[in-house]
Amino acid sequence: MSRQKTPVFLQRASYRQRRLRDAAKLMPVLGGILLALPMAWSHDPSGEPSNSDRVVYIFGVWILLIVLTAIFANRMRADPVDAAEDAPPQ
Amino acid sequence: MMSFNVLIVVALAYVTLLFLVAFWADRRAREGDANWLSSPWIYTLSLSIYCTGWTFYGAVGYAARSGLEFVTIYLGPTLVMVGWWWVLRRLVRIGRAQRITSIADLISSRFGKSTQLGMIVTVISVIAATPYIALQLQSVTLSFAVFAELEGASWGDADFNVTAMWTAVGLAIFTVIFGTRNLDANERHHGVVMAVAIEAVVKLLALVAVGVFVVWGIAGGPDQMLDRIDSSEIVLWNQDSGRWISLIFLSAAAFLCLPRMFQVLVVENADERHLHVASWAFPLYLFIMSLFVVPIAVIGLDLLPTGSNPDLFVLTLPLNEGQGGLAVLSFLGGFSSATSMVIVATIALATMVSNHIVVPIWLRRHTSQQAVMSGDVRRVILLSRRLTVAGILALGFLYYRMSGGGTALAAIGLISFTGSVQILPALIGGIFWRGATAIGAGAGLVTGLTVWMWTLFLPSFGTDAFIGQEIMDHGVYGLTWLRPQALFGITSLDPLVHGILWSMLLNAGMFIICSLITFPTPLERLQGAQFVNVFDHSNATSAWTAAGTGAEDLLIMSQRILGGIEAQALFEQETLRQGKIGYLPEVTPEFIERLERELAGSVGAATAHAMIGQLIGGSNVSVEDLIAVADEAAQILEYSNRLEEKSEEQERTARALRSANDKLTALSIQKDAFLSQISHELRTPMTSIRSFSDILREGAMEDDEQQRYAAIINAEAVRLTRLLDDLLDLSVLENGQVVLHEQTGNLSDLLDRSVAAAGLHDGVLSVVRTPSAENLVLTADLDRLAQVFINVISNARKYCDADNPELTIRLHRIAKDYVIDFTDNGSGIAVENQELIFEKFSRVSDESKAGGAGLGLAICREIMQRLGGDISYVTDNTGTAFRVTLPFTAVVATLEET
Repeated sequence: MSRQKTPVFLQRASYRQRRLRDAAKLMPVLGGILLALPMAWSHDPSGEPSNSDRVVYIFGVWILLIVLTAIFANRMRADPVDAAEDAPPQ
Repeated sequence: MMSFNVLIVVALAYVTLLFLVAFWADRRAREGDANWLSSPWIYTLSLSIYCTGWTFYGAVGYAARSGLEFVTIYLGPTLVMVGWWWVLRRLVRIGRAQRITSIADLISSRFGKSTQLGMIVTVISVIAATPYIALQLQSVTLSFAVFAELEGASWGDADFNVTAMWTAVGLAIFTVIFGTRNLDANERHHGVVMAVAIEAVVKLLALVAVGVFVVWGIAGGPDQMLDRIDSSEIVLWNQDSGRWISLIFLSAAAFLCLPRMFQVLVVENADERHLHVASWAFPLYLFIMSLFVVPIAVIGLDLLPTGSNPDLFVLTLPLNEGQGGLAVLSFLGGFSSATSMVIVATIALATMVSNHIVVPIWLRRHTSQQAVMSGDVRRVILLSRRLTVAGILALGFLYYRMSGGGTALAAIGLISFTGSVQILPALIGGIFWRGATAIGAGAGLVTGLTVWMWTLFLPSFGTDAFIGQEIMDHGVYGLTWLRPQALFGITSLDPLVHGILWSMLLNAGMFIICSLITFPTPLERLQGAQFVNVFDHSNATSAWTAAGTGAEDLLIMSQRILGGIEAQALFEQETLRQGKIGYLPEVTPEFIERLERELAGSVGAATAHAMIGQLIGGSNVSVEDLIAVADEAAQILEYSNRLEEKSEEQERTARALRSANDKLTALSIQKDAFLSQISHELRTPMTSIRSFSDILREGAMEDDEQQRYAAIINAEAVRLTRLLDDLLDLSVLENGQVVLHEQTGNLSDLLDRSVAAAGLHDGVLSVVRTPSAENLVLTADLDRLAQVFINVISNARKYCDADNPELTIRLHRIAKDYVIDFTDNGSGIAVENQELIFEKFSRVSDESKAGGAGLGLAICREIMQRLGGDISYVTDNTGTAFRVTLPFTAVVATLEET
């Protein structure tokens, strides 16, 4: 329905906003893939990777997701018109 | 060493602090100062009720037993939060647009405001939440026992039960006081959210403190810690991959479906933008909460004697190292986690039970009852919520006692999650797929509930409790494919993964198939379009068409639910929006739509719809609406939208103009009447003065006769003067030349004076007041204020037509303002006259009764406006009611506070 309202090509700033939104949408996908990798680990406690490496990997992925999401969310908020597309027509 | 009694004192002091904070936050919010209470940080912290007492203590035990698997419980919510753009943003927008009060309300509202679906979701939620509440009671009780055993006491069953019972009672009291105090239109609980936020900080600090002590105090730094993890006997990775993925999925889904999470995520959300912050801040909170879990588990396994309960390492490790203070902090952390979860969970469940079970049943029983009372539905709702809170805690306690509080209970956390998650297909389907129908959702929910009960919940009570060993091994009636832990002959799966897999598959399958083959009702299709396309058009398609009902009936119904003052405020606001003045708006379809949503914010969509339906007479969805929904010609609608917006604007102006025109016409007629009236009023005394003075001039009469004629002349002259005084007073006030003399005095004295001066000594009118409630110190022109009071009181004396006239004077507060209501028991003023009474020259009743010229109320209004206050006529069920709003600046202080 919003077809008539939104132009096909956007200005540079709004274009950036769109791509930021795409990136934010991809976060759970990225997280899902990185967190699925441990399923390939060996069940042998003394095997590779070592216990401490396993802990570091999982917590590393976790903090990476948090930092990326924080960056995207802050960039989005910095731009006041980011919600304009979704705002109810009033 | 900490004595047990000191611990009790610390716990009680902490609870008192929470009470004070909740009380203070509620008060600030009531005074309209809620801005900083709804910051994104408070929102983020309130989400932390996800980390319950079970996770606070149990995560370490989980890590000691199953290694890194514990982290799945936190990774699921992390994925949901970082993917907020997909689901959460949509849920929050829908929650705000549709005034959703709970997850049951969301499902019921989406599928055509169906009462039955609301009931099913409520039942699932209550069953799934009960074991979880029992778990919290257990964790608090166990942590108390650790300290008791330090002093050598060995706790028996009775001690555990008493502790659990008192914990449950305390929680019930807190929740009833702060969670069910009000029934706002948007179901927010500032006090509770504030207390929960504080508890979130305490539990984070507690776990971090223990973790820092373990990593730096015992292990000697991060590097040494990693070495110790490597050399420890702990097995960090031994689960099959199915469990890893299933648990991440399970916790992600539970994060959305748990009633308490829905409450803080969607219902208590004050601003959609808070999600921006929470999207990374809440995962960070979870990250910090779990960062030290593995170190604590590893060190605990190393240092504590074998056989000690790893679930309590967070407490016993500091105690073992002689850190009593740290142990108490850790105790408070665990206590906070358990209590905040129970409080929010019971509030959410109580809302669901009252809105989706109690009220529908109550309404069905009371349909024929016509004698409606203001606020009666509200009373039923509040009472049922309070009883539900107590009932749910009692259920949790009973479950705790029945299960014996052992390790059996700990295993049920994930099973309880699986129960709540049965709502997921209906939830996700409902907000993304327009084809989802109520029958599909119901079928999916019931299937999921049944499979969950059969495969996980009933077996969790232990063999032979509900399901015997015979059935576990061979199925019912020899049907081996019905074995609870090997449905359809699949035996190789872990029982939990098996339960999750089958319940979700069959649930989603039934939901999709039944949705595909059934046809939704018109209301379902309307709601479906609104939910799925919530970002495209937040403006609703009108579901109500011709409105064959009066605004007065709607007002009376709203008063039953919201209470008198709130309902009147709502209607007044709507009248203003329509560009009119007064208390009764025009009944347009848009207004009914808005009113229904407003009521839904208190009693849920299904009930609000049913109650309005009773009044309107079921004329909701018209053929035109159906065509609009069914036909994708909605494109055309979009074009006309803009036109419509414009014409709406014009319509509003036209309505205002029409209203103004009506008033002018009426006034003009009144004015003509007044002119003839005033010439009459002026001529009558003049005629008598002239004729009597003629008689006097002729002389030759008795003395007393002479006296009598002189008295008549005098009285007529006084009447003339009064009339002219009134006119003069009004013109002075209107031209703004009046000088105000400010004085300070007590409102009660002022009312005393006014009642005395209004000439009530003839006993025609009795006045009802509560002097103790009128203690208010004012600084204003008190003589002018008294003039207003006297006028209103003597009006009541003159016009009240009841057999035993009675005037009630009552002072109360609406938001910041103090208002005084003067209400009599007469028949009131007809609607068509309500707008005119404050105009000069206007008189409503027949002239014979009135002594004045219809200027009194006009003068009153001018005075109040000069003083900075207001006077208005209030539409009320009982008699004539005038409301005097005191000027805000005039109120110096209430006496209780000075």
